[in-house]
Amino acid sequence: MSIELIIGILNIVLISTTPLVFAGIGELVTEKSGVLNLGLEGLMLVGAVTGFITLVLTGNYFYSLFLSILSGVILSGIFAFLVLNLMTNQIATGLALTIFGIGLSAMLGKKFGGTPIDGLNPYYFIVISFLLVFFVAYFLSKTKTGLIVRAVGENHNSAYALGYNVIKTRYLTIIFGGVMSSLAGYYISICYAPMWQEGMTAGRGWIALALVVFATWKPWRLLVGAYIFGGVAIMQMNLQAIGVKLPGQFFNMMPYLATIIVLVFISSNKLRLKLSAPSSLNIPFEKNQ
Amino acid sequence: MLRKILTFLSFLAVISVSAVHADQKKIGFIYIGPPGDHGWTYMHDQGRIYMENALGDSISTTYIENVPENADAVRAIRKLAASGHDLIFTTSFNYMDQTLEVAKEFPDVKFEHATGFKRTDNVSTYSARFYEGRTIIGHIAGKMTKTNTIGYIVSFPIPEVIRGINAFYLAASKVNPDVKIKIIWNYSWYDPGKEADAANTLINQGADIIVQHTDSYAPCQAAEKAGVLAFGQASNQEAFCPNSHMTSIEDIWGPYYAAKAQAVVDGTWSSEDTWQGFKDGMVEMSPYNTKLLPLDLILEAKSMETAIENGTLHSFEGPIYNQAGELVVKEGEVADDGMLASMMFYVQGIEGEVPQ
Repeated sequence: MSIELIIGILNIVLISTTPLVFAGIGELVTEKSGVLNLGLEGLMLVGAVTGFITLVLTGNYFYSLFLSILSGVILSGIFAFLVLNLMTNQIATGLALTIFGIGLSAMLGKKFGGTPIDGLNPYYFIVISFLLVFFVAYFLSKTKTGLIVRAVGENHNSAYALGYNVIKTRYLTIIFGGVMSSLAGYYISICYAPMWQEGMTAGRGWIALALVVFATWKPWRLLVGAYIFGGVAIMQMNLQAIGVKLPGQFFNMMPYLATIIVLVFISSNKLRLKLSAPSSLNIPFEKNQ
Repeated sequence: MLRKILTFLSFLAVISVSAVHADQKKIGFIYIGPPGDHGWTYMHDQGRIYMENALGDSISTTYIENVPENADAVRAIRKLAASGHDLIFTTSFNYMDQTLEVAKEFPDVKFEHATGFKRTDNVSTYSARFYEGRTIIGHIAGKMTKTNTIGYIVSFPIPEVIRGINAFYLAASKVNPDVKIKIIWNYSWYDPGKEADAANTLINQGADIIVQHTDSYAPCQAAEKAGVLAFGQASNQEAFCPNSHMTSIEDIWGPYYAAKAQAVVDGTWSSEDTWQGFKDGMVEMSPYNTKLLPLDLILEAKSMETAIENGTLHSFEGPIYNQAGELVVKEGEVADDGMLASMMFYVQGIEGEVPQ
């Protein structure tokens, strides 16, 4: 293999893995505070379509990025209100958010499918994604606020008794997760495949969710895991193109398979503690307990 | 899980729009992707719109989009059949058994299954001879490639796709014996990101022409960005990659849909197998890009179209050998429709194996 070929492959891996890093790192923070948001796919699609439409209408990348992020704030804010204040079931609400996002993005984008745009250089986003992982890792392990987030996720009653505002903390982590998902969507429709087509995220939200479990809620492992998932996908394409016979269906299911294996490991309790799954994940918090 | 919920929701949508006049014939469509894909489903939807315009008030149409090719398809098709539809088009190959299953339960409803080969009294099959278009683009690719490497992005290993690869390669290697095709199987019809990755991978490996048999225009866009040439799929994709798009193979379903709907209105519908190409206008080439292609090559392509139309040229003219070197079509003969419909082997010269 020549150097150019290897650089080319790395380039494609970087470009295709970045949305997983964005959506994954956002969900990691949300889950660290004890909330499971299954709405990533919907958030990504709405982020993708709002960014795309704004870019078509205004031609301004800054506005389109801003509105895309705003869509994430609004949608995840609604999700937060439902699960935190109204204490709805997180899984059902997250699924509803995904379905709503798929439908809403399709409706908004109906007239814009097939409008050609000039894509944005993906490298800015790739650099930002690495910085974000660094920032989140530092935030969760080295800052007081980060430790509060983790305390809320481990045992919200104790955290509440210590005087921390559980609801406010979770609002912020949910909105952070939502914004990261919209960024992932924005990256897909503006940089990765500059277009709008219905359902264009094609399941990446679910892979990002699997990735958080695969990474056992650790930011650096999430980055490594994302690049394993992305790298394997691109490597199998390269091998196919060279003429090596491979079971392509197997590679399609690999992220999920790897996650199931990790889940099997976590399900034994002692390990679970070591692997740092937040203990209050998916448990609703009631103040008057 | 999600897909199930989605399918369920789309059923509700169908029920809500199904309030129509009693004398109208109701015609339903099952789509594999969204009508906005600007590829396969888009063209079926254009066909549906053409049919509506042609038949006016005598019919009403509904469609369910994004129906996966699994057991969910049975419920989607059954929903249409049970809600009083008279004619149902199922527009993807892997709806085959599901269509037959529902057709058995509803003997009075007519079914039309695209690209399949199983028929019963109330199930027709229809398809377009896309491979004729692949012969044209193969010829162009063979002449236009400089690296002699062509990247080919495909969805699933089914006869229609393999037939396309073979037709393309036969035409390309005829004018350029050194040509090589690199094939990537994506195992999805529609994933713009993955299609872009595949195109970039092929370009990185030296391909200077990108051919696709998937449904989004991401490969053509990736080619445009990398400065290599490309062919579009299913609909004219020139707008998305004006500097790399040489031509597209277009699927024209409208006239066929209108004719079959008319047959249901008139009560003359019967089960049959339809397989049309250039001659009947079911396959068309988008305008050739005069900025990229030399004039004499465009004229050659056009005369090949005419030759295929009037039968003097066939995409599979013998002698054709398979990869094992066995003669599959004798000299002076052409492959019959039976062989074409079940083609699951590569012709000699293509590297790699057909995935099982």
